[in-house]
Amino acid sequence: MRDTLVQTFAKLHPREQLRNPVMFTVYLGAFLTTLLGFGEPTPFVWSVTLWLWATVLFSNFAEAVAEGRGKAQAAALRKTRSEVQAKRLASPDWEAPFTVVASTSLKQGDLVIVAASETIPADGEVVQGAASVDESAVTGESAPVVRESGGDRSSVTGGTRVLSDRLLIRISAAPGQGFLDRMIALVEGAQRQKTPNEIALTILLVTLTAIFLVVTVTLWPFSLFAVQQAGKGTPLGLVSLVALFVCLAPTTIGALLSAIGIAGMNRLSRVNVLATSGRAVEASGDVDTLLLDKTGTITYGNRMADRFVPLEGVKLADLAQAALNASWADRTPEGRSILPLALAVPGVKEPDLSGPHRVHEFTAQTRMSGLDLGSILYRKGAPSSMAVPEAVQKEADQAARLGATPLAVGVDGRILGLVILKDIIKEGIRDKFAQLRAMGIKTIMITGDNPLTAASIAAEAGVDDFIAEAKPEDKLALIRQLQAEGHLVAMTGDGTNDAPALAQADVAVAMNSGTQASKEAANMVDLDSNPTKLTEVVLVGKQLLVTRGALTTFSIANDVAKYFAILPAMFLALYPGLAVLNILHLATAESSILSAVIFNALIIPALIPLALRGVKAASQSAAALLRRNLLIYGLGGLVLPFVGIKLIDIVLTGHFW
Amino acid sequence: MNELMTVTLYLGVLVLAAWPLSRPLAALMSGTGLSKRGSSIDRVVLSLFGLKNAPGQTAPQWVTTLLTFSLLEILVLFLILGLDGVPWELSLNTAVSFVTNTNWQNYAGESTLSPFSQMVGLAVQNFLSAACGFAVLAALVRGLVCKESQDLGNFAVDVVRFTLYVLLPISVVYALFLVSQGVVQTWTTSVTVQTLAGTTQTLALGPVASQEAIKMLGTNGGGYFNANSAHPFENPTGLSNFVQMLSMFLIPAASVFAFGRVVRDRRQGISLAVVMTLLFVLAVGLAWWAESSVAGSATGNMEGKETRFGIFPSVLFSAITTSTSTGAVNAMHDSYTALGGLVPLALMHLGEVVFGGVGSGLYGMLLMVLLTVFVGGLLVGRTPEYLGKKIEPREMTLISIALLVTPVVTLLGTAAGVLWPDAVKSLNNPGPHGFTEILYAYTSAANNNGSAFGGLNGNTPFFNLTLAAAMFVGRFGVMIPVVLLAGSLAQKRSMATTSGTLPTHTVTFAVLLIFFLFLLAALNFIPAWSLGPVAEALGGAF
Repeated sequence: MRDTLVQTFAKLHPREQLRNPVMFTVYLGAFLTTLLGFGEPTPFVWSVTLWLWATVLFSNFAEAVAEGRGKAQAAALRKTRSEVQAKRLASPDWEAPFTVVASTSLKQGDLVIVAASETIPADGEVVQGAASVDESAVTGESAPVVRESGGDRSSVTGGTRVLSDRLLIRISAAPGQGFLDRMIALVEGAQRQKTPNEIALTILLVTLTAIFLVVTVTLWPFSLFAVQQAGKGTPLGLVSLVALFVCLAPTTIGALLSAIGIAGMNRLSRVNVLATSGRAVEASGDVDTLLLDKTGTITYGNRMADRFVPLEGVKLADLAQAALNASWADRTPEGRSILPLALAVPGVKEPDLSGPHRVHEFTAQTRMSGLDLGSILYRKGAPSSMAVPEAVQKEADQAARLGATPLAVGVDGRILGLVILKDIIKEGIRDKFAQLRAMGIKTIMITGDNPLTAASIAAEAGVDDFIAEAKPEDKLALIRQLQAEGHLVAMTGDGTNDAPALAQADVAVAMNSGTQASKEAANMVDLDSNPTKLTEVVLVGKQLLVTRGALTTFSIANDVAKYFAILPAMFLALYPGLAVLNILHLATAESSILSAVIFNALIIPALIPLALRGVKAASQSAAALLRRNLLIYGLGGLVLPFVGIKLIDIVLTGHFW
Repeated sequence: MNELMTVTLYLGVLVLAAWPLSRPLAALMSGTGLSKRGSSIDRVVLSLFGLKNAPGQTAPQWVTTLLTFSLLEILVLFLILGLDGVPWELSLNTAVSFVTNTNWQNYAGESTLSPFSQMVGLAVQNFLSAACGFAVLAALVRGLVCKESQDLGNFAVDVVRFTLYVLLPISVVYALFLVSQGVVQTWTTSVTVQTLAGTTQTLALGPVASQEAIKMLGTNGGGYFNANSAHPFENPTGLSNFVQMLSMFLIPAASVFAFGRVVRDRRQGISLAVVMTLLFVLAVGLAWWAESSVAGSATGNMEGKETRFGIFPSVLFSAITTSTSTGAVNAMHDSYTALGGLVPLALMHLGEVVFGGVGSGLYGMLLMVLLTVFVGGLLVGRTPEYLGKKIEPREMTLISIALLVTPVVTLLGTAAGVLWPDAVKSLNNPGPHGFTEILYAYTSAANNNGSAFGGLNGNTPFFNLTLAAAMFVGRFGVMIPVVLLAGSLAQKRSMATTSGTLPTHTVTFAVLLIFFLFLLAALNFIPAWSLGPVAEALGGAF
């Protein structure tokens, strides 16, 4: 908090102010009235001056708060990247001699060896070995992950800890310059550059400011003319004109614009996604097509037992019990998935292993696994490896055609029936896709399965379209084709062969567990390596734009009330008839102008929470969203200042004026 | 009740006339010839002008041609008027005025100019300035429609086609109709008649009908006579008055429908037409209320109105003439009640986008639509896009400049006018009304309207020159960014439409558009209105 306040005042430096053209004009106005205050030291002039400076400080404060939050997040992330000792090798050989150096002195291309319970000194690629690694420092996920050379799980992150075994790592980026370091700097706001949409909006705001400057500047000769014609009164004072200008200029959105941008990045990093640029965050709001890999995104990584198909005359409980026994010692995820399904069948019990028994592991030769319980032999395996009756074979073929994996279950060589394993759709994914559809976002599933399988999973998951029998290069071609049709495409990926497609996609989220190549090609990295998070990324992007739009509309709509407060007050002496326009019945000319200035200043801190939190971008169609936001921020923006200014005027006249 | 019927009849006939016209306009807008059958004629016509196989132009080339052509026109017209012995400041003012489709007149046509100047100088510009406006609109629409291209079509081809295929044929028929109603068309410059009172009176004559037709059709408004359409030789009957009103809105309304055809979504055109109609009816209603309900008068405010027409046709005419950039008048706006006079003023301050001038009305409205789309797009969480084209920093810069120019010129011009020490001498009225007279003059000039509030003697070197500057900047300060905007849009790829896209043909969008139109006009001009018409209406110091 102290740091935020220091920043608030430090930002009064003209160089900082120049970065925000709208607020810079307020800053100049405040200087001007301060000077005028010395020449005309009235309570009115000094009050206006005070509140103009407050307006500038409130704007600084908004930015400082947003930056402060970013800094706190960055500090937390950076903590993982503290200095450690590294064992640098001369050659890629386990037995090569090593020298112990500080991690900060490592360079790209250096080879290091990391043994169990040691910390990985910097980002790198596993060259040799496999180990389980605790990445909780980066991802917050406590379950260890496997990192191994070759394949798509070869990338390691500095600051994570090897739990077992050891790794030979080639450093891919010097500490402090790694991929994550760059992203952390971005979260902190140190490297923040204005995004295209932010620039476009700034242009609009500058234009409005310029128009209002002309409106207020020309008002002086207009009033002079009126005075000359009337032969009485005085032309408008400079302080009143500055006050009018500041009230009209879009200061509300101008003051909060950069805070909104920083907060957008922060919201993204709070869901553990880091973006390489603000531009990428903005683009994610525009995405209208999502490419999703089936495995791991839409379905769980492994097939799971879905149902039992008993042979005619066989009781379901008998089949389930046999399947349970045959799978009891099975260590594969597919095998383990049979246990809960079987135990859910009434009458099925865990096998009694107190007696003599023998476990048969699955082998590629037998393509079977099982359990000998006493003299009873329980077996399960691919139907082709067991002598199955024709009826069973028919069932099995049909299941296989739909993409499921049938396993035959037998006792002492007699087939009881089938267990069907199939892809299981992740929970809640259907609803998520429905939400996306409402927002106008199309989902396309990519899978290597045959078209029949793909179709049945697509229908079950509720995706809009699918590409079956897809090869890695098909993704790139599909993205290019979609983009040529005018779509903005988002995808997730983790493999090296995903890299070209990631580079081509408009929004590309790489998994932190993925290869270095995929991360470099992407413009976002998900620290949790959760492919479904793409939907949250899209929402954050939308939220960012909606917040800007809402506050812009609100800011402009406010001006109507400010005119009604200030103009009658300004011209009352000249044209008493204009008193009719003082519909708020504000007390005096000075109290009305001051009330408008105070409202204009106070609305900024009042809206800081909204700017940081973001306006809700609900999953609904654009038309519905427009109606809702127009009502709240357009109509609200028209009405609220009338109420606010009146209240301030009451307080002012009651207590101070 | 009669008034409501008149408006309904007017709008009904307008739609019936504009809808068929929108088909050929769409063909011209998209840059193709008129029809397959007409293509051989088109080839002959274009080769006559040396435009056979004329290449498409990029935005910078377009701007260069437009500016060179326009400056040349100003020079030629300046010299022609000089031959009539018109002082140079007035010549310059008039030349700029007619080339910019403003037709502000600081002279009386019948006494200052020869029929030659009127026909060869002014009438030619009435055609060309309207054609230029349409050409710029066509460029903008092409920018919205074409994909990843730099080609905005050819300026000269557009001007030739629009003049020869649209303006000229309609004008010929229209002029003959006007003659049938009693508009004069003769080389005789005057006739002396015996009046009923027994004295003699010299009446000015001339080739009026031919000029009157294009004056209205091309939303020019520069009358042959000083009294403009209030003069019985320009606008003799109720029918001629009705047709003149119709002809002002004809091409602008047809352009809106044509726009819908070219973008292959008629709803886009129709929704804009509905927004325009709503604003128009609102304006007419306000002016009618202000003019007819004058305290202590059974007839309403008849001052400055032709008894041949009465209050409502005058009010309707003035709303149409300031909705478009015509500026022709059949009554004196200066004599309107304070609020009745605010209506034409406000219609111009809206940017003359209620149907507006030929070409300029719709490109002005499209600028406002783009601004609305920008904020509206943000409100739905998408980078704003209109008809598939994204609005990014470069587009926003050009839109901003184009929207900024007119109000800034109006306000700065008015400020200069009120600060000029001798300005007061040109005023008929003191106080807020005098202020309105100056404000109206610069509003009319900057928006290229050309209607005069009256009560201001603009024929002084100061007003001639500052108003000329306002007309020039108000015209080309908007046209140049619009063409560059077209070029920038043309180069973009077109985004696909989904339910996440901001729809621009819905009621919600129309409400948002009206909201921004009002907001922008009000925020820019409320202070000026308060010191002028509003102060006067609320019984200020005078």
